Amino acid sequence: MKASAFAYARATSLDNALELLGAHGDRAKVLSGGQSLMPAMNLRLIAPDLIVDIGGLSELRGVVLQGTNLRIGALTRHVDILNSPEIAVHAPLMREAVTHIAHPAIRNRGTIGGSLAHADPASELPACMLALDGAVIARGPVGERRIAAVDFFQGIFQTALAADELLVAVELPLAKQGSAHFFQEYARRHGDYAIAGLAGQAVVEGGVFADLEVAFFGIADRPVQAKAARRLVNSPVTPALISDACEALGEEFDFQEDQQASAAMRRHLARVLLVRCVATLLRRPELSLSGVVP
Amino acid sequence: MTTATAISLIVNGERVEAHVEPRLNLADFLRDHLRLTGTHVGCEHGVCGACTVRVNSEIVRACLMLAVQANATSVETIEGVSDSGEISDLQNAFRERNALQCGYCTPGMLITAQDLLKHEAEPSRDRIREHLSGNYCRCTGYQAIVDAVAATARLRRGPKE
Amino acid sequence: MTRKKAGKFSVLDRPNSYIGKTVPRPNLDRLMQGRGLYVSDMELPRMGHAVFVRSPHAHAKITRIESMSAKKMPGVIAIVTGPELAAVITPWVGVLSHLKGLKSAPQHAIAIDRVCWQGEAVAAVVAISRALAEDAAEAILVEYEELEAVTDMRTALDPETPVIHALLGDNLAFERIHDAGQVDQAFAASDAVAEADFIFGRHTGVTLEPRAVVADWNAAEARLTIYQGTQAPHMVQNIAALHLGLEESQVRVVCKDVGGSFGIKVHIYADEMATYALSKLLRRPVKFVADRIESFNTDIHARDHRCRGRIGVKRDGTITAFEIDDLTGIGPYSMYPRTSAIEANQVVNLVGGPYLAKNYRARARVVFQNKNVMCQYRAVGHPIACSVTEGLVDLAATKIGMDPVEIRRRNLIPDDAYPCGSPSGLKFEQLSHHASLGKLVEMMDYEALRTEQAALRKRNVHRGIGIASFIEVTNPSAAFYGVGGAKISSQDGVAVRLDAQGAVICQTSITEQGQGTESLTAQIVGSVLGVSMDRVRVILGDTDVTPYGGGTWASRGAGIGGEAALQATKILRKNILDVAAAILQSSPSELDIADNIVVNAGDGAARIELRELARIVYFRPDTLPPGVQAELMATRHYVPREYPFAFTNGIQASWLEIDTETGFIRLLKHWVVEDCGTIINPQLVDEQIRGGVVQGLGAALFEKCVYDERGQLTNANMADYLVPMSAEVPDIDVGHVVSPTLESELGAKGAGEAGTAGAAAAVANAVNDALRPFGAVITEIPLTPQVILKALGRI
Repeated sequence: MKASAFAYARATSLDNALELLGAHGDRAKVLSGGQSLMPAMNLRLIAPDLIVDIGGLSELRGVVLQGTNLRIGALTRHVDILNSPEIAVHAPLMREAVTHIAHPAIRNRGTIGGSLAHADPASELPACMLALDGAVIARGPVGERRIAAVDFFQGIFQTALAADELLVAVELPLAKQGSAHFFQEYARRHGDYAIAGLAGQAVVEGGVFADLEVAFFGIADRPVQAKAARRLVNSPVTPALISDACEALGEEFDFQEDQQASAAMRRHLARVLLVRCVATLLRRPELSLSGVVP
Repeated sequence: MTTATAISLIVNGERVEAHVEPRLNLADFLRDHLRLTGTHVGCEHGVCGACTVRVNSEIVRACLMLAVQANATSVETIEGVSDSGEISDLQNAFRERNALQCGYCTPGMLITAQDLLKHEAEPSRDRIREHLSGNYCRCTGYQAIVDAVAATARLRRGPKE
Repeated sequence: MTRKKAGKFSVLDRPNSYIGKTVPRPNLDRLMQGRGLYVSDMELPRMGHAVFVRSPHAHAKITRIESMSAKKMPGVIAIVTGPELAAVITPWVGVLSHLKGLKSAPQHAIAIDRVCWQGEAVAAVVAISRALAEDAAEAILVEYEELEAVTDMRTALDPETPVIHALLGDNLAFERIHDAGQVDQAFAASDAVAEADFIFGRHTGVTLEPRAVVADWNAAEARLTIYQGTQAPHMVQNIAALHLGLEESQVRVVCKDVGGSFGIKVHIYADEMATYALSKLLRRPVKFVADRIESFNTDIHARDHRCRGRIGVKRDGTITAFEIDDLTGIGPYSMYPRTSAIEANQVVNLVGGPYLAKNYRARARVVFQNKNVMCQYRAVGHPIACSVTEGLVDLAATKIGMDPVEIRRRNLIPDDAYPCGSPSGLKFEQLSHHASLGKLVEMMDYEALRTEQAALRKRNVHRGIGIASFIEVTNPSAAFYGVGGAKISSQDGVAVRLDAQGAVICQTSITEQGQGTESLTAQIVGSVLGVSMDRVRVILGDTDVTPYGGGTWASRGAGIGGEAALQATKILRKNILDVAAAILQSSPSELDIADNIVVNAGDGAARIELRELARIVYFRPDTLPPGVQAELMATRHYVPREYPFAFTNGIQASWLEIDTETGFIRLLKHWVVEDCGTIINPQLVDEQIRGGVVQGLGAALFEKCVYDERGQLTNANMADYLVPMSAEVPDIDVGHVVSPTLESELGAKGAGEAGTAGAAAAVANAVNDALRPFGAVITEIPLTPQVILKALGRI
C-alpha cells in the first residue's frame, strides 16, 4: 500500500519542531527513525496531515556522561547504542537489549526516542528504562521536564508525552559498582517482537541480592516492574523462596492474550524468565532445574 | 504542503535532482523515478528486506524511508554496488553455490551480506544467519546463501600464515 | 577431455556431457546486478495502475456502490464495477469432469451483487499511479448487507448452516470414497489399533514478488499481450481468449523473470482476469501488482485439513490397514481451472503409499466456506498425506514398542517388488524406499543420535528424532487435468536450431521461476549435441515464440521438458551430421560433434567447426552437393504415456531440541534422501529439495492463516503470518539414490516438491519423539510453543 498524502516539514531547530507540533496537535506526527511510523503509514493505519522530520536536529544525538548520569540523546540510533563505549561500561543491559531489536537495517535508523515514544509493550528499551530506573526528558512549549520511566509508560502505545511535547533525551543512572545484568526474551523468530522478556539489573554480594530490579516486557499492556522480585532481596535464595516469588508474580499483572500466546502462557513464561534470571545472576544453574515453575 | 519537494542527492555516484511528493518512499523513488528496479518491494512494512539499500554506507530498508529524507545523502543500490566491483567475489560465490533461485531477494541479500563482511572478517555460520535474519527468501532455504557468504569471507581473509 | 569410440549413441554417455554435473546456471548475473526484469518492474506507455476495492466482509450483499466523487479525483482513469466488467469478460466455473460430483458456482472477475470472502474485489480503480488509485479507492462508498458467513468446515454441511450457493443445494464441493482390501477384518485381526485427529494450518505461498500482471490490449491490432509471472502461459492464453471472446492467436502471454511461485502463480485469479478485461475496456495497458496485504487475502491458500487417521498393526510390526476420514474447507469457489478438489484427491491417493499394507479405506470431503479460495500449492496434498501416514506409523510403533526405523524396515515396499500398484490405484515403476532408508540411517548416524538423546535426557535436555517416508507425484500425464476437460497441456515441446554462427538457440515450452529450467535445458542440449553451454541460448515463457506446452508445475519440467529437449537435439545432431557428411564426403556414422566442432567419431580429429558449417549452410548453399537441403532446426514434443505419473520416493529426518519449560523448539539438523531418477544438475536438485524442506519447516512450526469466526483473516501481514527466516532453520544434508524412469531416454523424474512433502511430518514425529517421556502426543501443526506447553500440561 502507499501512504496517504501529507505535508512535510524538516524541523530546523528544536523550537521550530515544537512550534509545528503545537500548531497541528494530533494531526502531526514526529518522524525520527521512521521504523515504526512508516509501516503504519504505508498500511494506511494512520494518515497524519503533517510529518515533522526531526532528523536534522543533531543536538539530539549522542551519548554523554553527566556526573552520575548517562544522557542519551533521543535521536541516538540503536546501532549507536550498540557501538557506544559509554553504554557498554555504564549501561550494558541496554546494549544487550538492543541486540534483540529487529535487524541491522532497522537498527541503523531506529532511535531510542522513537522507540520509547512509540511505547510498544513488546519492545525492549522501555523495560530497560524501568530496570535501570531511568528517566525521559521531554521538552514542550513551556520548557523541559523529567519523567521517571515508571510514570512514563501508561498503556499500549500510550505515554505521558503531551501532543505538543518532544522526547529529547533519556537519563540513566550509572551502573553501580559490582552490578550485573540479565536480559532474555522469547520471540518466535530472531528479531521478532517478544512474547515475553525480562530486563534485569542487580547487585549481588556474597551470593545474596543486595538489589534486584526486574522489568518485564511483552506480557502486559506496558513494561512492568515485578514487585515479586523484592522478596528475593537481602535473603538467601532457596527453591522455596523462588517458588513463592513465582506464585506472587502470577498475580501481579494483567497478562495479555493474542495470537502468539494466551494469558496463561505469558504468566508461565514470566515465571520461567524470573527463575532463569535469578539462577543466572546468582550463578546457581541448579535453581532453574529444580522444577520451581509450576 | 503536500506538493512536490525538491531533493538533491547522490545515487550510485551520480548527482540526482528531483521534485517528489513527501509521501513517496525511497524504494518507489529509486524504482519508479530513477528506473533502478534492482531494489525490490516485497512487503512495504519493513519486514522482508527485499528493499535493502545503502544510505551513507549503512544498510536501510528503502520502504521505510521517505525520498525527502534521502536529501543530501549518498544512496547506493544493487546496481551501483555491483558496477563498482565491490561485491564481485560475493556474486561469484552466489553463482557457484546457486545461492539464488528466483533472484527477487538477492539484491537485498547481497547488500546485507556485504554489510556483514565489511564489519566481520570471520563470521561463523550462526553469525551469518543472524545478520541475514531480516532478509526473507522463500526459494533457497538459506543454506546456500550462508555457504556463499562463508566462502567469500574465507576468500577475503586469504591464505592463513 | 575424453573421446569415445563410435558405438551406440547413448545420450547420458556423451563426452563432456553436462548431465549429472553441477554447473552454475547461465544468466544469473543479471539477477545479481539487479537487472532482472520482473513484471512488477514493467512500465508501458499510457499504462494505468489498477487497485481493487475489496470487501471487508466474509459474506455480504452489495447494496450500493457510490463512486461519483472518486471518479473526479486526481489521476483517475476509470472506476469499474462487476456488472460493467461482465460485459467484457465472462464468468467461469472451476470443475473437472473426472472428479465425479465436483460442483462449484460461477465466479466473476469482479463480484456482482454478493461478495463471498473477505478480500473479494467489488470494484476496480484505474489511475495513473498506484498511490492515486488508492486515494480514489478510499473515496468510494460501498454499502453491504452482511450475511451469515460459513467459517467452520466442521459444521459447513450441517442443516442449520447457510448454503453459500443456493443453486448447488449444499456446501459440499466434492466427496471421494475409496475402499480397498478388507479394512474391517484387518483392524479386527490387528494386535493394536491407533487413531488420531490430524489438524493442519491453512497455508499460503508468500512469494516475495507478489502476483503482478501487465495486460496490454492493442485495439489497433486486436491483440492482447499479457505479461505475467505464470507457470503455465499457454493455459493463461487459452483462458484469457476464451473469456474475453478472442481467438487464442489474439493473445500472447509473456512471463519475464518471476519472483517466486511454488504453485501460487499457476492459477487463474479473478483480479488478474479483471486486469485483462480492464485493459480491453480502457484500450490501454493496465498493471496490477498485489500488495502484501492483498497477497495474504487473495493468493490461494492451501492445506486446511482435518484428517482422522487410523492404523492397525500386529505385534511383529506388520501394518495391517490404513483408514482416513479427511475434511477440508476451501473458499466459496473451486479454483479455476485446476479445481480445489485436487488436493483432497491427492490425499486419498497418497496415504499409505510407501507401505505394503493392502487394506485401505478413505473418505475425503471438500466443503465451501466464506474464506479465501484454496488450491494447489507446492507438493499439493503430499504434506497432508505424509504427515498422516508417518504420524500413524509412529503411533503404531509406540503401541507395540518398536523403533520407528525398524517398523519402517518391516513395512516399506521392497526395492525389488516393482512394477507394482498401491491400494489407492497408483502405478509404481521403480522406487527405492529401502535403499533410501539405509542411506538416511547412515548419513544421520541414527544410533549415535539415539545414544546422544538418551544421555541428554538424563540431564533434562529433550531432543527428538523424526523420520518420514514419502512418495511424490511427478511428470504428470493428461491423467491429472486433461482427462477432466481442462485445456492444460500435459505435453511439452522444444525447438532447437543452429544460428548463423554455429551457436544454438533453443525454445522450450516449460517455464522458469528460479528452479533452473534454463540451465537444465541448456545442459541437455549441450550434452546431446556436443556444444558448450555458453553457446546455448534458451528462450522460454512466451507463447508467440515457444512450442505449445504445459509449463512448469507438478515437478514436470526436467522429466517432460527435458525429454523433449533431448529428443529435439538428437534430431538436430543428426541433421548436422548429415550435412557435415555431405560437406566432408564422409558418412554420418563416422562423425561426431564435440566442443562445438564436428570431429571424427573414431580418433576425435577435428573436421569442421560448427561455426564454419553454419556459414556454409546459411550463406553458401551453392557449395553443397546437389539434392542436399540442410535443416538445422528440429522440434520435438514429449508426453509420458505408459505411467500416468512418474513416482519418486524419499525419506527425511529431523533432529531437534525442545525447551520443555518454554515450549520453544530448536531445529538442529535435517536430512533428506531423495530418488528422482536421472539427475541433470545435482546442485540444482539439492537446492530445490532444501527450499522445499524449509517451506515444510515453516508449515511444521510457524505458518497458519488465522481466521476468526466471522471469516476475517486476522494475520494478513508479514509480522503476524510467520515464515521461516535464516536464523530459524538448520543446515540440511541431502543424499540420493538413482532409479531412472525407463519411459524416457533421459530417465529424469521430478524433484521440485519432495522437500515440502515430508519435512513437516519429520518434524512432527521428532517432536513426539522428544516428548515421549512425558506421554504427550501432538497431531496438529503448527507446533507453536503454546501447543507444546499445553501438551505438556504446563499451561
